[in-house]
Amino acid sequence: MTIPADEITAPWWEATRRGSLLLQRCGACRRAQHYPRALCAACGSTDLTWTESAGRGVVDSFTVVHRSPFPEPQAPYVVARVRLAEGPVLLTNLVGAAPDDWRCDEPVRLTWRPVGDGRRLPVFEKE
Amino acid sequence: MAVSTAVAVVGAAESDLGATGKSILHLQAQAVTRALADAGLCLADVDGLATAGASRFSAAQVAEYLGIEPAWTDSTFAGGSAFEMYVARAAQAIGAGQCSTVLISHGSDQRSARSRSLAGAAETHTPQAQFETPYGPLFPLSHYAMAAQRYLHVHGARREHLAEIAVAAREWALRNPAAFRYGAGPLTVDEVLAAPMVSSPLTAADCCLVTDGGGAIVLTSLERARDLRPDPVVVLGYGESTTNAGMAAPDDLLRPGSIGSGRRAFAMAGLGPGDVDVAEVYDSFTITVLMTLEGLGFCGPGEAAGFVGGGRIRPGGAFPLNTNGGGLSYCHPGMYGLLLLVEAVRQLRGECGDRQVPGAEVALAHGTGGVFSTHATVLLGVDR
Ligand SMILES: [Zn+2]
Repeated sequence: MTIPADEITAPWWEATRRGSLLLQRCGACRRAQHYPRALCAACGSTDLTWTESAGRGVVDSFTVVHRSPFPEPQAPYVVARVRLAEGPVLLTNLVGAAPDDWRCDEPVRLTWRPVGDGRRLPVFEKE
Repeated sequence: MAVSTAVAVVGAAESDLGATGKSILHLQAQAVTRALADAGLCLADVDGLATAGASRFSAAQVAEYLGIEPAWTDSTFAGGSAFEMYVARAAQAIGAGQCSTVLISHGSDQRSARSRSLAGAAETHTPQAQFETPYGPLFPLSHYAMAAQRYLHVHGARREHLAEIAVAAREWALRNPAAFRYGAGPLTVDEVLAAPMVSSPLTAADCCLVTDGGGAIVLTSLERARDLRPDPVVVLGYGESTTNAGMAAPDDLLRPGSIGSGRRAFAMAGLGPGDVDVAEVYDSFTITVLMTLEGLGFCGPGEAAGFVGGGRIRPGGAFPLNTNGGGLSYCHPGMYGLLLLVEAVRQLRGECGDRQVPGAEVALAHGTGGVFSTHATVLLGVDR
């Protein structure tokens, strides 16, 4: 299945082709946000610019999915909330370690998984 | 002394439950006719209708099927909490004179139709379709699983504490002939822990049932209710909170919207958590209950794991919870919120037989929808 995109999120998805994880930075309140929106969800300003995440964060929480209706990833796999150093929380996968070898609050860093059309998904591995 | 909205529940009923082989509208018709008979009213008395899940135009669909043309409808779609929200909206509509007699109904054939998927419903235009679905979360299960993981980590709780919710629900279900697991025998903590892991730390036994089922309740003014046959069950207060659509949005997984919905409902009723005699709390998953008990103020953050122990929430315990057996062992028709209200009404009327909470005068029903997305609390009481 092709992951959909729209006029607001297209630049974010294009940046994944070159291994860049973009966030939106609000010119009014300086907050960073993810996913991309047409306004800042913290203050309502439409003064938003793209900024690149340093790709560092911590595992807020995670779950090992043992039974899945999806063709991929192949179960068991790890779904997680990762809190980036810049502030926003992403839903993602944790990779590069056994599924039962993860803990909340452990540091992680960005890596990428291709989705088949040149775009990539930001996922995270152990720091 | 409780404040009242001057609106009362005068009828409550279930449809057939479990694996029925019946259609959504058939189940609704069963529940509606039974609830109206319970109230001593008929369809011609109904001028308000709130329902969801029947189709895209749910209120129109159900109204047509029942042969009524309501002056007021609501189909707010908020998953499991929608029916608690309808009580609030119905009380307001009756108070404003827009209608006098409201039917709230629901029916689901999800077990017979095999329509439930671990993936949830696909909506490709949403941000979650771009930024969450590609990672393969089970919907809504994986969100509750991440909340549970965080809960265990932060509070030093164990999976045994989650399991107690399922074990206690089964104990109640063994006393409710309408429960899906009525004849199943007791459930042990070890059995919950040993059940197949689905989305860690939650096993299949931490997850609600998938059943058919439906229900209906009838509301009217308290003044009119006092002339009807059943003892009125008074709407004392309500509150709601809508917090997020996706799994990444909440900043803190351990601060659920039930904090706001409960505070508002108790404030309206002039009551506090200590005044509640029986609680019906949406148990989509075991963690849902622990976090909702904390959110509603029955105990402090991190304390629910200990609070539910020692038999407190089981039959005969000091805090009767999910007395019909809950979504975990009684019935879970996709959106369970209406059946929470049905049980709360029956407890206040003293109709619950082996599972009756003696002398219950104040009941709480709390619905949770989506991924801890929507929260609605209703306080009901006997007429004094
Ligand atoms: Zn801003």
